[in-house]
Amino acid sequence: MTVNQLSIFLENRSGTLTKVLDIMKRTGIRIIASTIADTAQYGLFRVICSNPRQAYLELVNEGFAVAMSDVFAIEMENRPGQTADTVKCFSEAGISIIYMYSFLKDGKGILLFRTDDMETAREVIHRAGFKCVSEKDLADWK
Amino acid sequence: MIWNPNKECMSRDEMSSLQGKRLHKIVEYVYHNVPFYRHKLQDMDITPDDIRTIDDIVKLPFTTKKDLRDNYPFGLQAAPQSEIIRIHASSGTTGNPTIVGYTRKDIGVWSECMARCLTAYGVGRDDIFSVSYGYGLFTGGLGAHNGVEMVGASVVPASTGNTEKHAKLIRDLGITGIACTPSYALYLAETMEHMGITKEHIKLRVGAFGAEPWTESMRAEIEERLGLKAFNLYGLSEVMGPSVSYECQMQNGSHINEDHFYPEIINPVTLEPLPNGQSGELVFTTLTKEGMPVIRYRTRDLCSLMQGECDCGRTSVRMTPITGRSDDMLIIRGINVFPSQVESVVLSMKEFAPRYMLIVDRINNLDTLQVQVELRQEYFTATFDTPAAIDELQKRLSDKLRSVLSISAKVQLKAPNSIERSQGKSAHVIDNRKQQ
Ligand SMILES: [Zn+2]
Repeated sequence: MTVNQLSIFLENRSGTLTKVLDIMKRTGIRIIASTIADTAQYGLFRVICSNPRQAYLELVNEGFAVAMSDVFAIEMENRPGQTADTVKCFSEAGISIIYMYSFLKDGKGILLFRTDDMETAREVIHRAGFKCVSEKDLADWK
Repeated sequence: MIWNPNKECMSRDEMSSLQGKRLHKIVEYVYHNVPFYRHKLQDMDITPDDIRTIDDIVKLPFTTKKDLRDNYPFGLQAAPQSEIIRIHASSGTTGNPTIVGYTRKDIGVWSECMARCLTAYGVGRDDIFSVSYGYGLFTGGLGAHNGVEMVGASVVPASTGNTEKHAKLIRDLGITGIACTPSYALYLAETMEHMGITKEHIKLRVGAFGAEPWTESMRAEIEERLGLKAFNLYGLSEVMGPSVSYECQMQNGSHINEDHFYPEIINPVTLEPLPNGQSGELVFTTLTKEGMPVIRYRTRDLCSLMQGECDCGRTSVRMTPITGRSDDMLIIRGINVFPSQVESVVLSMKEFAPRYMLIVDRINNLDTLQVQVELRQEYFTATFDTPAAIDELQKRLSDKLRSVLSISAKVQLKAPNSIERSQGKSAHVIDNRKQQ
C-alpha cells in the first residue's frame, strides 16, 4: 500500500543537488517523482525512484544523510476536484496529511503523501477503495 | 599494580622534601648552564641559594612557549651536545618548532614514567601493545614505545596512517592494548566498522589516550565502540612527552609523576598561584631533567589539582581532565567560550558525529558564533523526512549549547564526513574576527 521514499539532506550550497542527481544517473536509477522542501539553511530532497534501496545505499556511500520512509501512493482520475475529494476522505477520519505531492502517469494523477496516523489511513484507503501504486509498479514503469 | 611504589606511594612529607632538594639542584644547574635562566634570576636578584624548599618555587620566573621559540634551537639546552642522545621537535603551527634534547638519563626517566602509566592501566608482560601515536619528531610514538618495552609487553610500532592494515593487525595478532589520540581511536573504530570488524573479533582491553583534550562522553564512545577500558595519558614535549600524568584504575583524576614534574596552578591573567583545588593554568617545573629543563613552564592547559591519597594506594597529586587551553579560550560577546564545552554537548547527542567546527565572526559589531556539526547516517531515520523534525533536532542542540555556553550559537547541520578530521592537536575553530 505504501512505497519507499528517500529524503536526502542537502546542505545549502551549490552543487549538492547536482551531485545527488549524478549519482542516480550513474547507477541507472530513474526518478519518478520528486520535491524539495527547503528552509533557509538546508534542503530536503524527497524522491520516489525505480530502485529506492539501491539508491539509498549509493547515496549513503557518497556521504549523504538519507532517511527512508513509507508514503502512500494513490492513483486518481485526472478530473477537477479529484484531489480535494481524496484528501477529504482522510480529514473526515481525523487524519492530518504531513506533506503531499503528485505527478501524472498515463493520464492518471498519482498522489504521494504521508499522514500522522498511517494505520487509520490504511483503513480509510481500504474502505474508500482507492487504488494504490506498489513498489513493483514503480520499478516496472518506463 | 604499581611500578614504583617507593615514589608513587611516598608520604607527603618525604615527597615535599625530595622535591625541595631536587628544585634547589635544578635551579643551580640551569643557573650555571643556561644564560637565559641566569640572566632572569640575576635580574630578579635571586641566587640558587634562595631556593631551598619546594615552597620557594613561587620566587622563580615563568617560562613560556615564546621563550622556547626565541631561544631556538639550542638556547635553553643545559647539557653539552655530547650528552644529548635524542632530539624531538614539537609541531609549531607558526614560526620555529620547539626543539627538545634528551640525555641518556632523561630517556631513562621518561621510560620509567611511561612504565608507571602503563602499569597503572594494567598493562604487563603478557600484553601485545600497539603504539599508534606518530613516530618521529613528535614525542608520542617513541615516548610511549620506550615505556611499553620497559614493562615488557610486546610493542607493535603501528604509528599513524594505514589504518586498515592496523585494524587487520589488531584482529589478527590479538592486540590487547593501544596508545593513540582519542580522535584517532574513533577513526580506527569507524574504519573497523567499514571493514566489518566488530568488538567480538578483537581483544583490545586497554587504551591509553592523550595528546589532545577529550571528554567523558568521548571516553564512553571509544569504550563502547572498541570494547576496551580507556585511560587518560597526559604529557607535553616541552616537559618530557607522554608520561607526565596518568589515570589509575579509579579514574578519578590523573596521577602526576611529581617526583620529576612539579605541578602548580596559576591564574593565567594575574599569574598568581591559585589555592588548592581551584581551576587555572597548569605550570610544570622539571625537577630532574638534564637535556632541556624547564622552570615554571606555562602549559596553557586549564585544569585543577587534587591532593590526597587515592583509593589505588598512590599518594601523588592528581590533575583533573583538561577543560581547555588558556589560549584556545575565545571571548565572544564578552563571555569565555572553550571549544571543549561545545565538544561535550555535541558528544552528548547520538545524532551527531564527534566532529564539530566553531566559526566566530563579527557582523555589525556583534560577535556571532556558528557551530557546525555532522549528521550521523545511522541516526538519520525515517522520522527525519520533514524539515520540522530536522529543525527540532537543530533546536535541541542549540538549546543545549546556550545552557552550557551562556551565549546563543547558530547551529549548522552538515552532511556526514564533511567536516575535516583533525590530526593530532585538534583545530576546531575558525575565528574570522582576526582578519578584520
Ligand atoms: Zn589512583
